Amino acid sequence: MAFFKKKASCHTPHNDAPSHARKVVLVGNPNVGKSVLFNALTGAYVTVSNYPGTSVEVSRGSATIDGEQFQIMDTPGMYSILPITEEERVAREILLNESPDVVVHVLDARNLERMLTMTLQLIDAQLPVVLVVNIMDEAERMGLTIDIPLLQEKLGIPVIGAATAKKRGLAEIRRAIATYTGKTHAVFGYSRRLEADIDSVTTLIHGSYPISRKSLALLLLQRDDEVTALVKEREGEGYTAIASQVKEKCFERRESFHMDLSMERKGIVTGLLADVFRFPAQRRVTFNERLSRWAVRPLTGVPLLLVVLYFGLYKFVGDFGAGTLVDFLEKGLFEDHFNPWITNLTKAVIPWEVIQELFVGEYGIITLGLRYAVGIILPIVATFFLFFSILEDSGYFPRLALLVDRIFKKIGLTGRAVIPMVLGFGCDTMATMVTRTLETVRERVIATLLLALAIPCSAQLGVILALLSKAPGALLVWGACLLLIFLIIGFLAARIMPGETPMFYMELPPMRLPQLSNILTKTYTRMQWYFMEILPLFILASVLLWVGKITHFFEVAVEALSPVMAVMGLPKEVAVAFIFGFFRRDYGAAGLYDLQTKGILDPRQLTVAAVTLTLFIPCVAQFLIMKKERGMKVAMGIGLFVSGLAFGSGWLLNKFLLVTGLL
Amino acid sequence: MKLSDKAEEILEALWIAVEEEGRGFEEQERISVAADDPAYRELTGLAFIEVREGRVYFRSEGKEEGRKTIRRHRLAERLMMDVLNIRGETAEDKACQFEHLLNEGVDAKVCTMLNHPTTCPHGKAIPPGDCCAEARQNGDLGVVPLTELKSGEEGEIAYILTEDSKKMQKLMAMGVLPGNRILLMQSFPSYIFRVGFSEFAIDTAMAREIFVRR
Repeated sequence: MAFFKKKASCHTPHNDAPSHARKVVLVGNPNVGKSVLFNALTGAYVTVSNYPGTSVEVSRGSATIDGEQFQIMDTPGMYSILPITEEERVAREILLNESPDVVVHVLDARNLERMLTMTLQLIDAQLPVVLVVNIMDEAERMGLTIDIPLLQEKLGIPVIGAATAKKRGLAEIRRAIATYTGKTHAVFGYSRRLEADIDSVTTLIHGSYPISRKSLALLLLQRDDEVTALVKEREGEGYTAIASQVKEKCFERRESFHMDLSMERKGIVTGLLADVFRFPAQRRVTFNERLSRWAVRPLTGVPLLLVVLYFGLYKFVGDFGAGTLVDFLEKGLFEDHFNPWITNLTKAVIPWEVIQELFVGEYGIITLGLRYAVGIILPIVATFFLFFSILEDSGYFPRLALLVDRIFKKIGLTGRAVIPMVLGFGCDTMATMVTRTLETVRERVIATLLLALAIPCSAQLGVILALLSKAPGALLVWGACLLLIFLIIGFLAARIMPGETPMFYMELPPMRLPQLSNILTKTYTRMQWYFMEILPLFILASVLLWVGKITHFFEVAVEALSPVMAVMGLPKEVAVAFIFGFFRRDYGAAGLYDLQTKGILDPRQLTVAAVTLTLFIPCVAQFLIMKKERGMKVAMGIGLFVSGLAFGSGWLLNKFLLVTGLL
Repeated sequence: MKLSDKAEEILEALWIAVEEEGRGFEEQERISVAADDPAYRELTGLAFIEVREGRVYFRSEGKEEGRKTIRRHRLAERLMMDVLNIRGETAEDKACQFEHLLNEGVDAKVCTMLNHPTTCPHGKAIPPGDCCAEARQNGDLGVVPLTELKSGEEGEIAYILTEDSKKMQKLMAMGVLPGNRILLMQSFPSYIFRVGFSEFAIDTAMAREIFVRR
């Protein structure tokens, strides 16, 4: 997930490659290990996972091989050089615009047959291709054999068998990158008819392009918008002739051009793989495959999900992270030791009380901001990201996606949205960014809305779990309310938003035992990003609250909000939590936590406050990301809607609880 | 030997009256072909029918011919509706014209392509042909959408039928290409299939568009 680097540039330590450095682009299907190779080559870290489509942006880094500088680019996964999704478009853009010196095509050895088609396309385009047949270790475990030298001979380009996750083949890849000139490659012929069609277009193309004219012609015939625009721009007057020729050929072959082309390529691949690719007659069924079966069958998959949620989310994140760790850090470290010490120190050093207040007062940067950030939020988020990373690398998420697809269709999403939704329980801001992997704008807007509204982030979740667990039944009411609102709003959004239900398809990567080092690095990177994101906001919030307090604006705001609180049956002190909540929802929840410890709230009030706060306006960071990803209008709309709904639901819930006397 | 279009129409009308409505004959005036049409002479000449006092009777050779004719007509209807997506009156008209082309083995081809349908779009029975009997005997279930496969069943991808070319490209990129073996692993809550060494999950809408030869 390249977006981490925008915040913290330290993740790309060697981004200072000189401009004359040779360019190396990594391309390939999703989930074949491009990012692992990128990390190995550059020594940088981009998030790697066992989930297709983890890299949504291009990562750049540099590497030194044999004393020479290279600029390495990692692209999002693409199935073919004819792009369909946004990520594929991004990846193809790099091929077209960066004029790479070496294109490293990474593919999965087990799916050599399917993925080699793209190698053909790259060779057709006369790009300087090096082929890395990755994940050889798992292929061998399945009993597959691949004759790499023979394949290299047939393709006429360097071919390397590798298992990058196990550091196998890295030296050969480096050597190939350093020495490859890109001059030689095999030429593949299509059928006479197709070649004639291609020729009829190529003879009309005269400009210079980053890819071969043959490849251009094929893309034109496949009605690729970007390539059409490119050719139109470069050819000027000559374009009219090309356009009419393309139209004529497209019409002639309207029945099945895509299919014919795929079939011809498949034929070539079959020829290439004769004597190269051998597999055992009997499929070996591994334990991981059996586990995979359990995960996707509703009868075993649902219990498995519950087990995962109970132990992962409730026990590990809730009990251990939000309980044990928070107690230790917040109570043990901060309140008993650090806060008294720093308070005394500050009071000794700074004589003015107003300034003392800024650092160590009720809303002090250190006593409140830092305590919340480090003492409460950090341990919860850390445990959540650890849990999430383990699940992600095991390959569980695609299976969960197909399990929930039917339900998600009802709320206008597909199973694909399960990743942003689950990630939302960690950090809604991060999840909102990930919604860009969803295919249609409609899905993205619905997902963004639901994240803003009904998915509490881990920090908030942790605090609220701790808060409500003391009042029996409150947790249940809170959970039921959120689930209900999630489903109702999702259902309505799906009805109101124009557009059709998108299709669901997903490759299921094999289940794997996650690698500890990768999990730790990933958790660390996410934590770092998160911390860099929240700490400034917490400090800013502290400063603003301090300003509010000394100017008495704060009391005015609390007073102003108290009628709203009164309508929901809440004491006016809760307004403080909502004002906190404007900066970050978890900050607000932590504010509630303080109130509850003081014993101001009864269970009913606590539940109403918790529900309202969970639904309430997203934190400032999430709002900014919503604006960036969805545009100002949508972000504002969602913001207003969510605020209205939050208070409305709070009011309704209060009435309901009063009438039924449930709590 | 090829019958004229009018002769085929007479046979059809007669077949419906005799075989489906259980009458012994059909009144000549109820047949859309005029009584003085040479088609009657054509049919009596072949000893397919007999015309007495304005009533048309089957002779045994004619019955078999009538069966084939009605079969062609109803196959044509199915073709119009299921494959060409033409409906209503136009479909009926076109089917009437089209049926006359479905002889000399073309009907068997169309029948196989439609996977040996047993009823026409109006719910009337299509008399089975030799191809149907043969398919039944061989247990050849023909080409069906992926949704019709049972979990654990394997087949060969026959074709992809979708109007959305993006979807087609996506499916092809996933390795769903005619000629590849496909193994359906699970059908609920989503369809999971294996092509080569990769597994994929798709929803019902997509599964309906992949046609598999069992």
